[in-house]
Amino acid sequence: MWIKRSSRILLNGDDIPASEITPQKVYEQRRRILQAAGALALGGMAGPFGATQALAEYAPGDPKAQKLGAQTNTKFVALDKVTPYKDITTYNNFYEFGTDKGDPAQNAHTLRPRPWKLSVEGEVKNPKVYDIDEILKLAPLEERVYRHRCVEGWSIVVPWIGISLSELIRRAQPTGNARYVQFITLADPSQMPGLAEPILDWPYSEGLRMDEAMNPLTLLTVGLYGQVLPNQNGAPVRVIVPWKYGFKSAKSLVKIRFVANQPPTSWNKYAPNEYGFYSNVNPNVDHPRWSQATERRIGEDGFFQPKRKTLMYNGYGDLVASMYQGMDLRKNF
Amino acid sequence: MPDAEMEQEMESTTTPQAGALPRARAAQAGARAASATGPRWLPWAKAAVFVAAWYPLARIVLFGFTGQLGANPIEFITRSTGLWTLVFLCITLAVTPLRRLTGWNVLIRFRRMLGLYAFFYVTLHFTTYIWFEKWFDVAAMLKDVGKRPFITVGFAAFVLLIPLAVTSTRAMARRLGRRWQTLHRLVYAIGVLAILHFWWMKAGKHDLVLPKLYGAIMLVLLGWRLGVWLLARWRASRAAAGAA
Repeated sequence: MWIKRSSRILLNGDDIPASEITPQKVYEQRRRILQAAGALALGGMAGPFGATQALAEYAPGDPKAQKLGAQTNTKFVALDKVTPYKDITTYNNFYEFGTDKGDPAQNAHTLRPRPWKLSVEGEVKNPKVYDIDEILKLAPLEERVYRHRCVEGWSIVVPWIGISLSELIRRAQPTGNARYVQFITLADPSQMPGLAEPILDWPYSEGLRMDEAMNPLTLLTVGLYGQVLPNQNGAPVRVIVPWKYGFKSAKSLVKIRFVANQPPTSWNKYAPNEYGFYSNVNPNVDHPRWSQATERRIGEDGFFQPKRKTLMYNGYGDLVASMYQGMDLRKNF
Repeated sequence: MPDAEMEQEMESTTTPQAGALPRARAAQAGARAASATGPRWLPWAKAAVFVAAWYPLARIVLFGFTGQLGANPIEFITRSTGLWTLVFLCITLAVTPLRRLTGWNVLIRFRRMLGLYAFFYVTLHFTTYIWFEKWFDVAAMLKDVGKRPFITVGFAAFVLLIPLAVTSTRAMARRLGRRWQTLHRLVYAIGVLAILHFWWMKAGKHDLVLPKLYGAIMLVLLGWRLGVWLLARWRASRAAAGAA
């Protein structure tokens, strides 16, 4: 009986459960990763500049933008189709440049991403004001492809460039009192027209627990699509926390402060019942005004394809779920 | 709304003598009266408004074919059709105050068409929601309606508009008589619900510029009616006191 079954499988293959067939898209992505791994191996032999081989499989972004070399970190490449550059850079929530999603792309040209200082301060042994060029040289830049899920119910897939935030934290040497990290965005009305509206309590402020900040997924981000961050995406340096809703990933950072108590965060202060401190992506805990069970992948889900199911921790559970063991996720939303 | 005004408005949609005549003849007489009463340019003006009211939809279609709907076309369409519904609702509700303030009675002849365009755009708005947001999952939709106040009020406004659209024909107005006017006062509640829907939708992102604008317009449109009604009541009570 068993033999007969397996021979049938060999003959026409239609008994293979759908889940065991590698979809073409995923297959191609895996091939890309293998190629990237190969490039990584070659990189070591290619001389001092060899390590700047990026995974340039997607169409180029803005040809005028400053290129940024980075080595693909194959451990952190989502097997999703990368969202087109145009969508990533024209559909943004960055209220410092206006509340409409098209506003940042229109208005962010007034931001001056250089020169730029980032102050690392608070409960640390080595406080330091970094110049943006020092950040770029802190550790070898990595390219990582992350899913990015907005609290509003849409998502994109972005090839970011950056370094693990832990690299910076290690150099800062937090004291025993440092239990949280606060991220503060620039608030300069001469560069950010949106600040004229008292929409949020500026400057934009976000925070992570220390273990979340140290998680290898948490990326201090300086680029995307093989180039420096476009202004509307949070130039010149931001944080990316891929298992949390997008608003946790603060943009255009001027301060990273280590603190003892849970820092106030902008959206939480505005609507504590809607935007929690944790804001982990969770399809089982709805936003008061909409369901979080599904999401629309920008550039893919639309007229002829329903929205897709949202994954717990945005699909990064294996790397982050342990941090929340025993916590009531409904309370700590 | 004072009774005198109500009567005046009924005139344009129903012929008062209709009850006395056989139905078919009444309809004919009504049609003749309607075509006879308006100025000569009226059919042209109505045709122009009819065509102009397609602009919001034409814009979406044009944007769709030229790739200008942005990264999230469905969000664009949902918001655009929603906002245009509100625009048509406000224009429809502006007809009576404008007419009374200017004495330009011909305006009433545009009201039904404008109201039906509000219904047209809210139907598109609802369709984008049930199709692209819910993928025709009626159970999920009803869950949304029950759970989320901004959807509850939006859905209520849509449902309440249906009987108004259905009874918008001249024949229905005639059949319902005075009850037609009572029924169509639902539009005031619909106006309030529509503003709430818009306000609560935007409130979570603290982006209330447009809801405040439309809220103010709605306040003026409904406040004017309340003012007229209170004034008429006050006059009536004074007249009654005078008679006694």
